Amino acid sequence: MGKIETSVHRRIWIDKFFKGLIILLSLGSIVPMLLILFLITKNGISVVNWEFLSQLPKPVGEIGGGISNAILGTLWLILLSFIFSVPLGIFAGIFLSEYRAGRLAYLTSLSIEILQGIPSIVIGIIAYVWVVLPMGSFSALSGGVALGIMMLPVIVMATAETLKLIPDSLREASLALGVSYPRTIMKVILPAGLSGILSGILLGIARVTGETAPLLFTAFGSPFMNQNILKPINSLPLTIFNYATSPYPEWHTLAWGASFVLITFVLGLNLITKLVTKKWKVQF
Amino acid sequence: MESSVLKIENFAASFGEHTILKDINLSFSRNTLTAIMGPSGCGKTTLIRCINRMHELVPNAKVSGKILLDNEDIYNTDPIIVRRQIGMVFQRPNPFPTMSIYDNVIAGYNLNGIKLRKEEMDQTVEESLRKAALWEEVKDALHRKGSFLSGGQQQRLCIARALAMHPEVLLLDEPTSALDPKSTAHIEELVSQLKDGVTIIQVTHNIAQAARVSDFTAFIYLGELVESGPTARMFTGPKDKRTEEYLTGKFG
Amino acid sequence: MNHTIADTAVHASRAKITMQYKWGISEALFRRLLYFAGLILVVLLAAIFFSLAIASFPALRQFGFSFLIGKTWDPVRGEFGAFAFLVGTLMSSFMALLISTVFSLPVSIFLGEYFRHGNVSTFMKSVIELLAGIPSVIYGFWGLFLLVPLVRALETKLGVAPQGVGIFTSSLVLAVMIIPYASSIGTEVISLVPSDLKEAALSLGATRFEVIRKIVLPYAYSGIFAGILLALGRALGETMAVTMVIGNSNFLPKSIFSPGNTMASIIANEFTEATGSLYLASLIELALVLFIVTTIINISGKLIIRKMSTGK
Repeated sequence: MGKIETSVHRRIWIDKFFKGLIILLSLGSIVPMLLILFLITKNGISVVNWEFLSQLPKPVGEIGGGISNAILGTLWLILLSFIFSVPLGIFAGIFLSEYRAGRLAYLTSLSIEILQGIPSIVIGIIAYVWVVLPMGSFSALSGGVALGIMMLPVIVMATAETLKLIPDSLREASLALGVSYPRTIMKVILPAGLSGILSGILLGIARVTGETAPLLFTAFGSPFMNQNILKPINSLPLTIFNYATSPYPEWHTLAWGASFVLITFVLGLNLITKLVTKKWKVQF
Repeated sequence: MESSVLKIENFAASFGEHTILKDINLSFSRNTLTAIMGPSGCGKTTLIRCINRMHELVPNAKVSGKILLDNEDIYNTDPIIVRRQIGMVFQRPNPFPTMSIYDNVIAGYNLNGIKLRKEEMDQTVEESLRKAALWEEVKDALHRKGSFLSGGQQQRLCIARALAMHPEVLLLDEPTSALDPKSTAHIEELVSQLKDGVTIIQVTHNIAQAARVSDFTAFIYLGELVESGPTARMFTGPKDKRTEEYLTGKFG
Repeated sequence: MNHTIADTAVHASRAKITMQYKWGISEALFRRLLYFAGLILVVLLAAIFFSLAIASFPALRQFGFSFLIGKTWDPVRGEFGAFAFLVGTLMSSFMALLISTVFSLPVSIFLGEYFRHGNVSTFMKSVIELLAGIPSVIYGFWGLFLLVPLVRALETKLGVAPQGVGIFTSSLVLAVMIIPYASSIGTEVISLVPSDLKEAALSLGATRFEVIRKIVLPYAYSGIFAGILLALGRALGETMAVTMVIGNSNFLPKSIFSPGNTMASIIANEFTEATGSLYLASLIELALVLFIVTTIINISGKLIIRKMSTGK
């Protein structure tokens, strides 16, 4: 009798210990995130002011300067990648939700899954081979192509998943009114799936905003303000990379500031996505 | 003087290998209400979905025979035009969730790119909602989305939407089977008043309902048209034994 | 039949509706457009593969298989052997996997078993999502300024050359980055373990720990494994965070504290300065290898997941 008691005691103790261990280790994984956010906020927030956001970077040795060209460059790249990926991505998503069986649908699905897993630096090389080499120079355009390729799978999958969830009854209601198939898709089904598609777009943008590797030899970066998409352009992540790995402490400070701006933007987008999805979601 | 607005001649329908309807011959008189009855799976829903050419949207669907609307074979006409002349209300209410009540009613025009003047639109919306006995309940909320409406109200909205197109024929596929008894009664009553302007064909499971409101009844069993005729006659003196058994509730 | 005024109006309305039709794109054309969109994606993937293959052809032809086992990477002499980078990649990725599993598996159990609903669960899930959303250059920056000094201190204590940067440091950063990938699938499969199985065990007197160890984990094993595979795929291709803390040396790493390079980081470092078609082709061949390897790993992971949901 005593033996069973002690062994039960032991098992209970192990059980409690295990739960504690799980909680401890899980909380442990929060630590890096807290450290990152804390460090960036602590070092970066004091750097960010209006001059920082509106001025161009100054040469080494001079105090001050800003990241205005990086911010604008990032916005340009977002616009370009949007143009390359959203229309095509939505149509491919509609295709996948309308044709669920069949060889092309299977191949398209497979291609999307593979595309999603390709390392971003490989995409950068592709954009280099396809755009930079023929053009003979680095450009915002090539950066936009690279980021567009990266955004495509996100958009396609968001569109396909959202539209697949829309019940057939909606489509039937439209067709029974004598509405043609293309109009039914574009004017009834697509709007019904807007929140899901929009959140896919926002998440895609959040992802490519932070990308550096594919821009290293496409957009390339530049210390100047540039509105010409055929020329090299700067971006926030590129700036952070260049400044952080430089030997100048003044530049490190700027990198903290740029990191703060970048993180705020990316996390802010994630938050907005959640709000959008909740507010605009169509219930069936 | 009655005339046939819709005639079904030697009609058959199938999905791939399965034959659903065999050799149907039926005609419908203008401005009447015909009830199509039969046990589950007998093909009555398929029949009306063939009338507005929705059946063929399913892969491997095949039809043979003729369906004539005003003496024109609908299978020789563009299905879109057919569907604009023949309206349908489905078993489960399906108003468009992204549109307001107003826009739902005239969706048939908006989605098809048919431009109406504002007065025409307002008039059509009000007229259709009145016919569907929904106007009083929503007239102050026309530009809100319809999600706050109850099931019965949503179904009346769908009826209004179909009526706004001024169809020649209105198909109702068990429109009250997903609703509570009060809404069911409400809709039954409005349907019987609608037939002044449109020919109605209603699939129903509810024998008592058919007896109450319809002018004509057709009984379908295992894909065949067993019997059809004026409702009064069908119920008091059915010619076929199967009809009698169904009407007295022996199966169904 | 008497035509009333109302009839005429209705009739006119009907004519309007039925006749105003021939507008807009035809169904056949629209369907073809959809088909085309799907096709473009397939062609895009094929084009990526073939572009990489063609662009790396000079190196493929020159070195053949010895590219992967060659230990010397000397651009000046035109010798390109990628073995050091293979080793660097494998070392940093597998160590990262090991370290991250110590945390990601508990997180999966935390979210899949102990805290499945409620505020704690939402909090943890948001944190993990946040981790996945942080750009990799920021991870690298953080690693450079926080982890490198720490590792340097550790190396001093261990009597190793106190560089701070190196394969070990890069695996630390990678480990944090891949926690969300490994834990998300694990969480899902663990939470999907049928409760009647667990209840049967509990009713026999098993403790929660024993149920997890003997019922939940074996049941969820393949899902957890798939999550680890996907995390591996992510780690193999990660570039920026690794480049910033790995020390960027082209020599074969001697220990985990040595500086080194991964296939991704060497491309990032040297691509813009690569002169000569052989140099460029060699770097592109590395990209091709990365493409093939990550694709195989990702598809394997996804296949396992698909088999789980159809098999069970």
